[in-house]
Parts: sequence; structure tokens; C-alpha cells
Amino acid sequence: MMNKTDLIDPSAKSATKASHFSLTARVTLFVALAIGISLVLIVQLVQSAVHRHFVDQDAEELQEMTTTITLVLSENVGERNALVEALSRAITGYQGVFFEVRAQDDAIIYSSFAGDLSALVLAEGSGGHAHDAHVVTAEVGNTTFRAASRVVTVAGQQFRISTALDTDFHLQFMSEFRSSLWLIMILAGSGTILAAWLAVRQGHAPVRHLSDSLRTVQADRLSVRLDPNAVPMELRDLVSSFNLMLGRLEESFARLTHFSADIAHELRTPLTNIITQTQVGLSKARSENEYKELLYSNLEEQERLAKMVNDMLWLAKSDHGLLKPDRESLDLAKESQAILDFFELLAEEKGIVLSLEGSASKVMGDRSLLRRALSNLVSNAIRYSSANQTVKVTLANNKSSEITLSVSNCGPQILPENQSKLFDRFYRVDPARVRQSDGAGLGLAIVKSIVVAHGGRVTVSSNESTTQFTLHLPQ
Amino acid sequence: MRILVVEDEVKTGDYLAQGLSEAGFAVELARNGLDGHHLAMTEPFDLIILDVMLPDVDGWRILQSLRGAQQQTPVLFLTARDDIDDRVKGLELGADDYLTKPFAFAELLARVRTLLRRGAVPSQADKITIADLVLDLLRRRATRAGRKISLSQKEFSLLELLARRQGEVLTRSIIASHVWDMNFDSDTNVIDVAIRRLRGKIDDEFTPKLIHTVRGMGYTLDIEDDE
Repeated sequence: MMNKTDLIDPSAKSATKASHFSLTARVTLFVALAIGISLVLIVQLVQSAVHRHFVDQDAEELQEMTTTITLVLSENVGERNALVEALSRAITGYQGVFFEVRAQDDAIIYSSFAGDLSALVLAEGSGGHAHDAHVVTAEVGNTTFRAASRVVTVAGQQFRISTALDTDFHLQFMSEFRSSLWLIMILAGSGTILAAWLAVRQGHAPVRHLSDSLRTVQADRLSVRLDPNAVPMELRDLVSSFNLMLGRLEESFARLTHFSADIAHELRTPLTNIITQTQVGLSKARSENEYKELLYSNLEEQERLAKMVNDMLWLAKSDHGLLKPDRESLDLAKESQAILDFFELLAEEKGIVLSLEGSASKVMGDRSLLRRALSNLVSNAIRYSSANQTVKVTLANNKSSEITLSVSNCGPQILPENQSKLFDRFYRVDPARVRQSDGAGLGLAIVKSIVVAHGGRVTVSSNESTTQFTLHLPQ
Repeated sequence: MRILVVEDEVKTGDYLAQGLSEAGFAVELARNGLDGHHLAMTEPFDLIILDVMLPDVDGWRILQSLRGAQQQTPVLFLTARDDIDDRVKGLELGADDYLTKPFAFAELLARVRTLLRRGAVPSQADKITIADLVLDLLRRRATRAGRKISLSQKEFSLLELLARRQGEVLTRSIIASHVWDMNFDSDTNVIDVAIRRLRGKIDDEFTPKLIHTVRGMGYTLDIEDDE
């Protein structure tokens, strides 16, 4: 197991550079970015809202001041001295509040501001950043003011009223507010990111468990299956796919194991025969004829062995893609007829009728190989038929540019669960393994190899009365 | 007829030499490539049977050297590997035939006879007579003891093959290949059935019996005293 992981890791690392960050790191980074951006946006939004609120409040206050001053003006418009007196008392109890009143001729009637307020407002108003139509922000020295100026008409006389508010208090508040806002946001952001990191890590726990379970899968424990219901929904597909893969592996592995066991079994039987017969034969002096019999009998077993080895070599070659069929244009009807001619005598002796039906366009293929495949099928069909039955070879041009050649015979049904195994090496439907004239059980495996080498496939269908093997060959 | 066998496998060499001697050939056996090459270059042979896998000098180099020296003795090579490349290589280097191990001895004997016959003009006779069996090759008719025997096309071809190779043991695969053009090993007993039927027509009512089974090997047509 360790070796395997060692072998796999380096290549996986180099092959997938992009994904060498851990999933946790990637998700956390993503969450951090998203949270960061949204928090910064929120901070900006809150700040500008508070700021705007202050501006509105200031404008309202300036407006109120102007209204108060206008009232004072209308009450004392006649008496100059009384007016100045009244104006100086007009706004009291407020800190950082200034105003200036000018007559129509621009002469200052009253000013609590150390400077030319109306000029300041008009200058800022013309080019400065006016937040309101009348409200401007101006800086004088180290102090920031919010100011407004308006012309009012009282008793036929025009007055310019300019008002100003010292906003340093607001700015102070804003600066503190900003600091605490950032602090809160950074704390909240860090907390969220930490939570996300924990959640992702925690979320990966099923993956780690899965990995632990997978580690238990060994060649001799391929029957292990993972429970799809024990993992989160997102992993269910993965687990199902993995189970399917395990299933296929287990099947192939079992097949391979059986194959080895079958080879051993198939070879052991004739070898045992040869050894036992020879040992018994040599155990005492025998007549010439008896020795001859012994040798003949051995020879038969040896030929079986040789044929089996040849067939196995042939299959091994085709497994390794060394089977390279010739490609000549073949008339399958002609080839089928030749095969049927070959088997005619045998069929006749068993009282079986051979027939050829249908026709098909020519295929490109290897004459000798296709004859061998066909011969194996017909030979099988005859073997499993009894007197007065028919073995039928049917040719057809399939719609999907495929040519089909079917060999069917009446005979016992092959159960569906056994059908796919038919093409396995050494597989016999009858587990008792009747030997007799039977080959080594490689016939159909050879058929399959030949058809596959031609880019086709072989199928089987079977019901109570008929079994049919079909070769599908590309046109 | 002298045959040189170059084979390092002791048992195979011994049995090839014995089998060929008993089939009426004079056999010289070389157990390694150098001896084989020396013998082939210095003594006259009608045929060389050459194993490809030799421990010292492999069969290909011997063959190459022989052909390089304008030595045209027919060569049949034996190979354990059933590779097309191997066969092509052998034939390109000037070999005349090949056999893949394991092979049936009868098959080897048949190939040897064919190779030795090659060059000789094939018999153009239109009649083959064996004992009282007469084959009219032109009209494809057979008579035994003067009585006409009706045979199907394939049956006549089979009989003709056996008769032309009188005395040779023909394996089932040779028969399948010559008569039915089936060039692969088939596990069926079609050939046995065909021979049995042919016997029924040729031998059952006549003596001497002409078609004989050579157990474990094949069939032969000959006039034999016993069996």
C-alpha cells in the first residue's frame, strides 16, 4: 500500500500544479476575499451615510438660524441700534455658531464671525463642494465650518444673512467612529474567516473518513463496499462510482484468478493421465501391444495439451494486440457455405440439418480468422443439437452499417446470468465439464478475440428453444 | 536422401533423428550451431532441418551464411515462437518452410517429403493405381476391383489426396487444409467422419484394406500386410 501511494504521489503533484493548494486553503482564501470586499463596502456605506446625516443636520440648523435672524430683523428693522442689540442676543447658548448680516449696500450690520463670512460662502459656493444648494464647507485655519448664505427681504429692504457652524466636533466624532468601525469589521472578518476555515475542515472530515475506508481495500479484500448513505450528499456520487469501480475490479480479478485456476485444472487433468498411465504401464513387464496402447493413449493426452497451449498462446497474442487480421474483401455467404460444407458430413451423421439464409454485403476481413470463428460457432451448435434439429446460419445487413452473421441451434436455454461468461476462457455452461469431444473451453473466447480484432462484437441470445450467437461486423 | 538436423534440445534431436531414420532417410545430427554450420558447408545434404534457437550461433545466422555461400540446400526451420515476424524473417533469409513447436511428427514428415519432392516434376499421370483401386483423375472417378464407386466431390478429393501421398501419414489438419481449405486446428471430428464414410465405400467390401488409421497422428492410404 505504501509503495503504491509513493508511486502515485509525485506524478499527481507534477501533473496538477493548479490544484496543489489544499481545498481548505482555497475555500478559506475565497471566503476571506468575499468577506473582505463586502466588509469594506459596508464600512464605506456606513461612513457616507453618517456623513450625509451630519450634513443634513447642519443644513437644517443653519436654516433654523437664518429663520431666527430673519425674525429678529423683521421685529427691529427700523431701529439700527436696537437691531444690532437684538441680533447680538438673537442666538445665544450655542457654541461654535456664527452669523453675519449685511445690508443692501453690503455694509456689515452685525457679525459674530472673525472674517468675511459672506465672501467665504460665496467663494466656496461658486466653485467649492456645495453639499446643498446653499450649504458649503469651508476651512479657515484649523477649523472646518459648514456655512450658508441667503438674501432675505424684510419690509422692502434686502439683507444678506450668512451663517456658519464649527464642525470640528463632528469630524472628531467621525474619526473615532471610523476607527471603531474598522476595528469591529476586522474582528468580524477574522472571526468569519476562522469560522469558514473550521467549517471547511470539518466539512472535509467525511472525505478523510472515506480515504481511511479506501485504504482498507486490498487485492484480497475487493469485496469491500462503501455505504453511500454514510457520507454527505455531495460525496454520494463519488462513493457510488467508486463502488462500481470496485465491482468491476473485483470481477476482473476474480476472472483472472479463475483463469489461472482453470489453466492449472485443465493442464493437470491430462498430465495426471499421462503420469498415472505411464507409471502403471511401467510397473510390470507388458506385451508390445500394451506398450503401444499406452503410448497412443499418452499421445492423445499430449496432443490435447499441445492444442490447449497453442490456443492459449493465440489468445495471449490477441490480448496483446498482436492479432493483425488481413483485410480482404470477403463474401460471407461464400465463406459460410464453405464452413457448412466442411461440417456437412458430421451434421448428416448426427441427423442435423444445416441451412444458410439471407445475404449480406461484403466485409473486409481475414478469411482464415473469420472461418475459424465461424467454424467454432457451427461446431458448438452441432455439438448441442440433437437429431432432426436445424443449425441455421443467417446473414443480414443491419441498418446501422453493420453486418450480422448469426448461428442458431435448438438446444437447452443458456441462463442470462451465464451468457456473459460464455466468452470467458475455460468457461463451460455445464459445471460438470463434460470432456468427451469437447475442446478445452477456449472456442468462444477465440471467437470473441477474432471478432474484436475485426472491430466487431459478438452477442448471444437464448430462450427455451433456441440459442443464437451473432457476430456483428463493421461494413 | 540425406538430412541434416541441427537441434540443441537433446530429446528433440534424438527423436527427430530416430523418426527420420525410420522413415528411410539418412540423418546426420548436429547438437550445436557451429557443428551444424560446419557439416552443412562441408557435406552434401538434400535437406537441412534447422532449429532457430540455438545456444551458440542462432539458426538465422547459419541460414544467412549458407545462402551467402550460394548453398541452396532446402532448409526447413523449427521455431518455438509463433510470431509472424519470425516466419517472415526465416522465409526472407531463404528458408523453404517452417514448423512451429510443438508439431506433429507426421506433419514434419509430410513437409520434409514435400520439400524433397520440390524441384522434381510433379507426376502428370491422369491415373493412380493402388492395388485394385484405380483413380481416374481427369474424370474424377474411382473404381475398385473393376466396380465403379460413387463418391461426392469432397470424397474424391480426399481419396485423391491420400492416394497421391500413398504411404504418408496425413494429419487431420493437413487433410482439412487440402480438402476443405480450413487452415486452422479445429476440434471437430469432421475428418474422422469423412474418412469413415470413405472407408465404407472403398474398403468395407474389399480386401486388402487400404485406408489405415495411425492412432494419435492421422490417416494413411497404403497396401499393408498386417492390421
